[in-house]
Amino acid sequence: MTPCRVNVKRWQAEMIHSLFVINHLGDIFLEKHWKSVISRSVCDYFFEAREKAVDPENVPPVLQTPHHYLISIYRGKLFFLSVIQTEVPPLFVIEFLHRVADTFQDYFGECSESVISDNVVIVYELLEEMLDNGFPLATESNVLKEMIRPPNILRSVVNTLTGGSNVGETLPQGQLSNIPWRRAGVKYTNNEAYFDVTEEIDAIVDKSGTTVSAEIQGVIEACVKLSGMPDLTMSFMNPRLLDDVSFHPCVRFRRWESERVLSFIPPDGNFTLMTYHISSQNLVAIPVYVKQSISFFEAGSCGRLDITIGPKQTMGKTVEDLKVTVHMPKAVLNANLTASQGNYTYDFTTKLLVWDIGKLNPQKLPNLRGSLSMQTGVPNPEENPSLNIDLKIQQLAISGLKVSRLDMYGETYKPFKGVKYVTKAGKFQVRT
Amino acid sequence: MTDSKYFTTTKKGEIFELKAELNSDKKEKKKEAVKKVIASMTVGKDVSALFPDVVNCMQTDNLELKKLVYLYLMNYDCEDPNPLIRALAVRTMGCIRVDKITEYLCEPLRKCLKDEDPYVRKTAAVCVAKLHDINAQLVEDQGFLDTLKDLISDSNPMVVANAVAALSEIAESHPNSNLMDLNPQTINKLLTALNECTEWGQIFILDCLANYTPRDDRESQSICERVTPRLSHANSAVVLSAVKVLMKFMEMLPKDLDYYGTLLKKLAPPLVTLLSAEPELQYVALRNINLIVQRRPEILKHEMKVFFVKYNDPIYVKLEKLDIMIRLASQANIAQVLAELKEYATEVDVDFVRKAVRAIGRCAIKVEQSAERCVSTLLDLIQTKVNYVVQEAIVVIKDIFRKYPNKYESVIATLCENLDSLDEPEARAAMIWIVGEYAERIDNADELLESFLEGFHDESTQVQLQLLTAIVKLFLKKPTETQELVQQVLSLATQDSDNPDLRDRGYIYWRLLSTDPVAAKEVVLAEKPLISEETDLIEPTLLEELICHIGTLASVYHKPPSAFVEGSRGVQHKRLPGSTESGESESPDTASAAAVSDAPPAVIPSQGDLLGDLLNLDLTPPTTTGPPPPASSGMQMGAMDLLGGGLDSLIGAGFGAPPAAMPASFSAPVSGGLDDLFDLGGGVGMPMGAYSAPKTVWLPALKAKGLEISGTFARRSGVIQMEMTLTNKAMSVMTDFAIQFNRNSFGLAPAGPLQVLTPLSPNQSIEVTLPLNTVGPVMKMEPLNNLQIRAP
Repeated sequence: MTPCRVNVKRWQAEMIHSLFVINHLGDIFLEKHWKSVISRSVCDYFFEAREKAVDPENVPPVLQTPHHYLISIYRGKLFFLSVIQTEVPPLFVIEFLHRVADTFQDYFGECSESVISDNVVIVYELLEEMLDNGFPLATESNVLKEMIRPPNILRSVVNTLTGGSNVGETLPQGQLSNIPWRRAGVKYTNNEAYFDVTEEIDAIVDKSGTTVSAEIQGVIEACVKLSGMPDLTMSFMNPRLLDDVSFHPCVRFRRWESERVLSFIPPDGNFTLMTYHISSQNLVAIPVYVKQSISFFEAGSCGRLDITIGPKQTMGKTVEDLKVTVHMPKAVLNANLTASQGNYTYDFTTKLLVWDIGKLNPQKLPNLRGSLSMQTGVPNPEENPSLNIDLKIQQLAISGLKVSRLDMYGETYKPFKGVKYVTKAGKFQVRT
Repeated sequence: MTDSKYFTTTKKGEIFELKAELNSDKKEKKKEAVKKVIASMTVGKDVSALFPDVVNCMQTDNLELKKLVYLYLMNYDCEDPNPLIRALAVRTMGCIRVDKITEYLCEPLRKCLKDEDPYVRKTAAVCVAKLHDINAQLVEDQGFLDTLKDLISDSNPMVVANAVAALSEIAESHPNSNLMDLNPQTINKLLTALNECTEWGQIFILDCLANYTPRDDRESQSICERVTPRLSHANSAVVLSAVKVLMKFMEMLPKDLDYYGTLLKKLAPPLVTLLSAEPELQYVALRNINLIVQRRPEILKHEMKVFFVKYNDPIYVKLEKLDIMIRLASQANIAQVLAELKEYATEVDVDFVRKAVRAIGRCAIKVEQSAERCVSTLLDLIQTKVNYVVQEAIVVIKDIFRKYPNKYESVIATLCENLDSLDEPEARAAMIWIVGEYAERIDNADELLESFLEGFHDESTQVQLQLLTAIVKLFLKKPTETQELVQQVLSLATQDSDNPDLRDRGYIYWRLLSTDPVAAKEVVLAEKPLISEETDLIEPTLLEELICHIGTLASVYHKPPSAFVEGSRGVQHKRLPGSTESGESESPDTASAAAVSDAPPAVIPSQGDLLGDLLNLDLTPPTTTGPPPPASSGMQMGAMDLLGGGLDSLIGAGFGAPPAAMPASFSAPVSGGLDDLFDLGGGVGMPMGAYSAPKTVWLPALKAKGLEISGTFARRSGVIQMEMTLTNKAMSVMTDFAIQFNRNSFGLAPAGPLQVLTPLSPNQSIEVTLPLNTVGPVMKMEPLNNLQIRAP
């Protein structure tokens, strides 16, 4: 067989052809085409899927239409929908869309329809800088901010009065260097570098209190305001905990591989230095236990609820911001409960019971109990509601991770340094 | 002071207003006007009428206004001293999608490709791809492709990355061009650039690396070593592209190599980490993990727990996780998995609950030791009386019976209690199958089946077919009490139904029962082959191809890339490199030819074959893909008397007197009952006008590297013929066709060679007729129409 040359129809070169931003009502309020205009009627396929999914969270992220692929993300009650015509790695597109949403968040403080509409010119300029011919161009916040200044109230007043603009007059140099994430000529009077180690516990606990699965999602966020070209090294007391890590591009991977230290020239400002994942269950402490019983009775169409929370493995720290959320079955009309501590609310429409507890006092365990009134004439709920726990523990990384040193090279000044730890509940679920 | 003001409109007409403002003397007003134009663009308004006016605004030193105009449409400043301005010019250059202008772009572009500044070069590289899209010939004639290839050796990693991206994109429109000439030197350059370029560039480079075939296992290992750091990247697309490269090159590593084990271990954590990302990313990751665990289950075998479902996962994530849980289920973790599945079966979402129940059945079939526990879990679920749970449970219990016959029949009583609540065809059909199959152990089997018979015509085909077979089984097991019942169902199926499948099956049973009850027993009550452990596995060659396309849309849809929208990769089927001994020098076309001949026969034909249907091996309604016997209507039911007098009345009413020629066809020895099936038409002598079924697709092109076969069986002038249409839906010529008949139930064999005279060009179809005879070896219980295709 000899391969023959095929003349495929005119090639569409771009990877991401168009972007539509759609609000919760299904209105397309922004569209950007990187090449030819694609009619917004292509979104009809998406609306169809949207309707079928009932909840916006459940819309499948990759949709096939006769001539395009639609890849979407759902962020802040908005859909970012991209139109694809060729075989493009879907993760590439999804990552990019999240980056767009992150950038809006970063620029405008939130990612909502109103701020996007209010800043449509900046939005358009950003989109143009972020993607060239469907290829991502500048997606680093540092680089973007040098080219397109974020809005602030003072400046927009000044701009209006003087005819100034939000486009930087100096051109970004970062793009030209081999460290694109850092701009040149950074200067601060106070040089400081702060790191937040945040760990979130994702866990499923079954009704008997046994941990079904537990893992820690850790992240080290940095706020680095250092002059010049500082070269930082961060070392840990117990780097062995970290066997599953993702780094900011600035981290030198070889150093990590050989010495288990983080060596990097930081971007200027806020950035995520690394994320890590600890899945070996014996390293994951479960800070609280939950004793609960939720039952429904056929006769009398009512139910009972009784929840008590107590400390389990808190490493001697206080558990704060404790909150329990229960997604009740449809048939539950109302809740008549007494909380020994904190307040509870029951939202009839969303069927969410939220019990805001606050600080956990080991001497006097918080309890919530009482009756649930049910719709009459409907069969007992088939499903068991799950409990979602939120909590916070200050000054503790639950995995035991500790930063031992932070050193700076390349500059001579003495910076202020600090590391803060906090543990939170991520997707922490207790089954009933 | 927000931009929303730009959206306000006036009565006079927007375009008119804007035009005036764009031509205003005041710089401020101009700028506001351009902003309004852009605002209009963002909501999809046509502002092309303003083209000349906007271009006029270019004459300004205000950078913002300049950029705004660039945004709208642009000019080029390739001579500017500032590299960023030059780059901006070259960027916008590519946006002029007007054929006539492109020639004027060549000189500036050539300059920019050789610019001293890497930022300009990297931008220019992308511009070549843009230009190629507009005018491919021009790009080739101007030698831009060679310049682009040179850029792969550029000193700046970003330039390398963009050159790779541009070249891969151009190469995609020319599947067979040799643009990406990968050799150890270029690979080395790519690997060096990989460490230093942006995250997006890394994706391009990794995807490009994945197309390379290393010379030997040592080169393979050294590439793997240099790619593994990418597994720790924060960008999940980088991670997945790295996984693709590693999965592919791993094939070449000897399994006893230490490094092989190390690599396996390194692959698990990044895959697990992908599951803590946003749900959309999780979804794509899960679809890919589904492929990875089928190819190399050892990578994630200890990571079952990360696939446990959280109640607030989006439904599309839940369903994928469930699928992977089953793939990872083993004796070691089955208890945990079952506990989870039972938990899921009480969730809110109906689709998910159903799938969870089904998953329990799949566990039972996959892990034999767990079967008993699965059955008892299913029984627990049946006790919940939740309607859809009960129905799903019955469907999967039927499968469990088929895998472990004579083991769990004690539960039948419990199942029968729920007979009345079954309203879904699949569940009803499953229940009927169970009753028929175990009729001898169910005292009131006849009553149960009779109860279904009342509304026979309202049932779906699936249930009707099942009921027909079940009652015939019952009759063969308890002939004395059920004669009336079987007559009733045969009459319903053959006389009162418009459904040809049902009628055909009815007639076949009828004839079987009438000619030779012993043979009928042998056929209908034959021992059934056990169902396969993993019928849901992806076919191995397709899996190999999909592994080569990890991270792409193909991997999300689990379909070969050739099945995709316009402009897929054409004929290039990617294959995993064999371990060291296989010939690496294979050219792509011989490789794909080899893939064709390697294609194994369909694993288990789960449906569609006639005998399978007779036995009811599968509950899906029979598709007509099997060669249907020439079911001439107005049939030879005259010899039905074997069944007893009761049928006479039926025949009298339905068929009238048998034609004179009839007895001749029955002079054939009755023991050769199966032959008779084929003789039905012939004996009566209806040579020309005989009915032959329309051609149906036997082999879709997708499954056979582009060769589509549709066909039918017919009797022409008394000779059985297989009439086929062969269509070449691939991109290359096919030759040397041959056909082989497997031993089949009718003893069908070719009476002459397959004659396909011409080489078959792409998109060409030919009609082929193959005379057949029935002197071939007869195989009683094998499926009939396994077509295996060889196209060397």
